[in-house]
Amino acid sequence: MKVKDLIDELELEVIAGPDLDREVSGVYCGDLLSNVMANAKKDNIWLTVQGHQNTTAVALLVDVSAVIIVEGFDFDEAAVKKAYQKGVNLLKSKETAYEIACKLCERNL
Amino acid sequence: MQKKEILNVAIERFDFQSGGEASSQLKNMLRKLGVSSDIVRKTAIVTYELEMNVIIHSFGGKITAQISEDELVIYADDKGPGIADLEKALTPGFSTAGSEIREMGFGAGMGLVNIKRYADNMDIRTAEGEGTNIKVTIKLEKPL
Repeated sequence: MKVKDLIDELELEVIAGPDLDREVSGVYCGDLLSNVMANAKKDNIWLTVQGHQNTTAVALLVDVSAVIIVEGFDFDEAAVKKAYQKGVNLLKSKETAYEIACKLCERNL
Repeated sequence: MQKKEILNVAIERFDFQSGGEASSQLKNMLRKLGVSSDIVRKTAIVTYELEMNVIIHSFGGKITAQISEDELVIYADDKGPGIADLEKALTPGFSTAGSEIREMGFGAGMGLVNIKRYADNMDIRTAEGEGTNIKVTIKLEKPL
């Protein structure tokens, strides 16, 4: 499954989509960046409420396929700019991390 | 193969904008050198924690890295203020970070813990009122 396949199905808003053809594998939920660094895996979808530029930096380092910011939180301008520069996909949802995670689970992620 | 410096990045206090730059540079460098993805991942985790520590907790410093045939050594050297209680700082969940830092998802008290977990060796020299020098060694699985 690709990142772009999830956009319509989960009603996600694309905040930065430089690489929407990326394959998705697995999901990680978390807001503490040290834990994300240590436990998220390459190609995961990362669900978080953190929207600052270090979110983009961590997403790039772990090499996640996309970040979904949940509960209607917003990415800040610096995070979006960095995402386009570095090729990180940033998506947004009004739903909670749990609700999105359940939908991703139903799709065998 | 002699030791070769492959990273030298100056880091300023509270420069969150540059957070992740040193680790990103080192990660790309190791990839180019053909280092295995497992070692690249460990290095990225360790270096990210080191550089965020310098940004959040120090008056500024630098991250450098040297590679030789069988190991990668990463140094984080800062200008102070030093770690008052090293034993506490190495306790999972302990952090001196303030609320604003925590709201950004830092200050989980897992920085040094993660470094220790993913490094093959970690050596910390620090004293209150002085700088902190951390040396982290990561063994390379296959010689370069």
